[in-house]
Amino acid sequence: MESASALGAPVGARVPAMVSERLAKKFSRNLKERAIEALLFFAASVSVLTTVGIVYVLVKESVVFFTQVSLWDFLTDTQWTPLFDDAHFGIMVLLSGTITSSAVALLVAVPLGTTIAIYLSEFATPRAREIAKPILELLSGVPTIVYGYFALLFVTPILQKLIPGLPGFNLLSAGIVMGIMIVPLVASISEDAMRAVPMSLREGSFAMGATRLQTAINVVFPAALSGIAAAYVLGISRAVGETMILAVAAGMQPNLTFNPMEPAATITAFIVQVALGDLPHGSVGYQTIFAAGLTLFLLTLVFNLIGLWMRKRFRQAY
Amino acid sequence: MTYVAQTPEQIRGLIAKAKRWDVIFVALGIIALGIGLLTFVALFLDMLIDGWARLRPEFFTQFPSRRAGQAGILSAWVGTTLVMLVTAAVAVPLGVAAGVYLEEYAPKNWVTDIIEINITNLAGVPSIVYGLLALGLFVYAFGLGQSIRTAGLTLALLILPVVIVATREAIRSIPGMIREGAYAVGATKWQTTKDHIIPYSLPGILTGVIIGMSRAIGETAPIITIGALTFIAFLPPSPVSMDFPFLSFEWLKAPFTVMPIQMFNWTSRPDEAFHANAAAAGTILVFMTLAMNGLAIWLRYRLRKNIKW
Repeated sequence: MESASALGAPVGARVPAMVSERLAKKFSRNLKERAIEALLFFAASVSVLTTVGIVYVLVKESVVFFTQVSLWDFLTDTQWTPLFDDAHFGIMVLLSGTITSSAVALLVAVPLGTTIAIYLSEFATPRAREIAKPILELLSGVPTIVYGYFALLFVTPILQKLIPGLPGFNLLSAGIVMGIMIVPLVASISEDAMRAVPMSLREGSFAMGATRLQTAINVVFPAALSGIAAAYVLGISRAVGETMILAVAAGMQPNLTFNPMEPAATITAFIVQVALGDLPHGSVGYQTIFAAGLTLFLLTLVFNLIGLWMRKRFRQAY
Repeated sequence: MTYVAQTPEQIRGLIAKAKRWDVIFVALGIIALGIGLLTFVALFLDMLIDGWARLRPEFFTQFPSRRAGQAGILSAWVGTTLVMLVTAAVAVPLGVAAGVYLEEYAPKNWVTDIIEINITNLAGVPSIVYGLLALGLFVYAFGLGQSIRTAGLTLALLILPVVIVATREAIRSIPGMIREGAYAVGATKWQTTKDHIIPYSLPGILTGVIIGMSRAIGETAPIITIGALTFIAFLPPSPVSMDFPFLSFEWLKAPFTVMPIQMFNWTSRPDEAFHANAAAAGTILVFMTLAMNGLAIWLRYRLRKNIKW
């Protein structure tokens, strides 16, 4: 520590004059360092400003909205007709669409994602894993509008052949495609969780004569449960916030239903629908999308926090 | 598990029986992987077949039109390119600086904790919420309008967490001795960062930037929310001109459309002739994101193989 501080100040005759002079410019050197640090700090705080901005915008417009619509009506009304003369603002209607489509998506993503994760972590050779993981990553990089096209013009016609009378817009096909979209997310987080389980647990199980599958199901899966649950919760959050697949394939008609065979608007699809139209700034219709957005933000925030908390827990376990 | 096996043969029999399930599960795993993969192949082929007739040079040089056969993506790809320029210009310096700060400079205190929690949380915020932020803040409060700069800024905020996380991971893999070496010859913290840390983490940062940009290219919801028009039959003012000062930034304020919005517009039309256009635009979009993601994955793979500290 002594020598480090001595470097900054000019020291005795043993240091050549030029060097000591250069190192002596402490003030300007320090100032520049400080300025740069401040600049970097500002860049890092942009993320905090973004969050503040999101909360500020959503709350500000929602406050105006809730002076005109009571919170009780917002939560309990069974109709959503914000743009009609006889306006009703029951968020339940949009929530039902969001919940139903997310449920369908999870029914697809959880079994597929978990199976893939167990296979990759416990069975696959390193080479197979090396090939499969990038492919899964590529899948998750496909733009969601493309998945929307696929749901509306490929999956829905197939489903209509299997289920006669299925309308052209429906939550089922949007949910299935959304499920396939979040498979990579669920699979990769679950796989990370299972690979974090120490080898000694598996070896103990093998030593008792258990097979790979018995070990995977009875030892590794329970040990990694909190991480796997985190994967599911983050999957839910992704599904709840997904927009384009639903806006394209599930229709934009508000519909209080939990039947996936019906068309229904979700919170996200409603925001898209309003944004596509020409709503004057400051009208009630304009404010509804912020109230809907606030609901969405809070929902995903809760799921994200639960998911992150669970992920942290499994990390600390070993 | 209450069976009592008497002889080694019986135990072996039990294990052999259980091992059969191993094989069944491997088959299941491969099928599950296959479903994911096949979906993707089906998706791509379906779009390619539907859009093949439209994938001609004119498709890239024509404006959208009321007649499906004459519609093209000129304004869409120009718009996407310009928006991406703004996004990269904002997200890369900000993201890298934030990553450098958090890894090299940040003290361990509650401010740093708040920043870190924020970044993790922001990564999980639905993209449409960013659109609402941009609508309320950029479009109306700051008066930036429904323009290219608003869209670029919005997408920059959206991919910022991706760039930051990639930068941090790249920096974290640089061993401490590099820094100690630089300090030992009298370098300041910034000199160390500028001359060693950033150059060595560049490939990792590049990977993150490419993945972030490929995500931004495909984002539709936030751009719709800020109110991008779906029918644009003109180009923004050219950034380069013959007169002084030769460079113009008027294009930043221009209304615009981008590839995914054009595709959304064509997909949601009832007229089936437009679906072929949507398919063609989708094929190009998938091709672009695949190429970018593939490049990023390859970069990362090479990186892991080549660098030995």
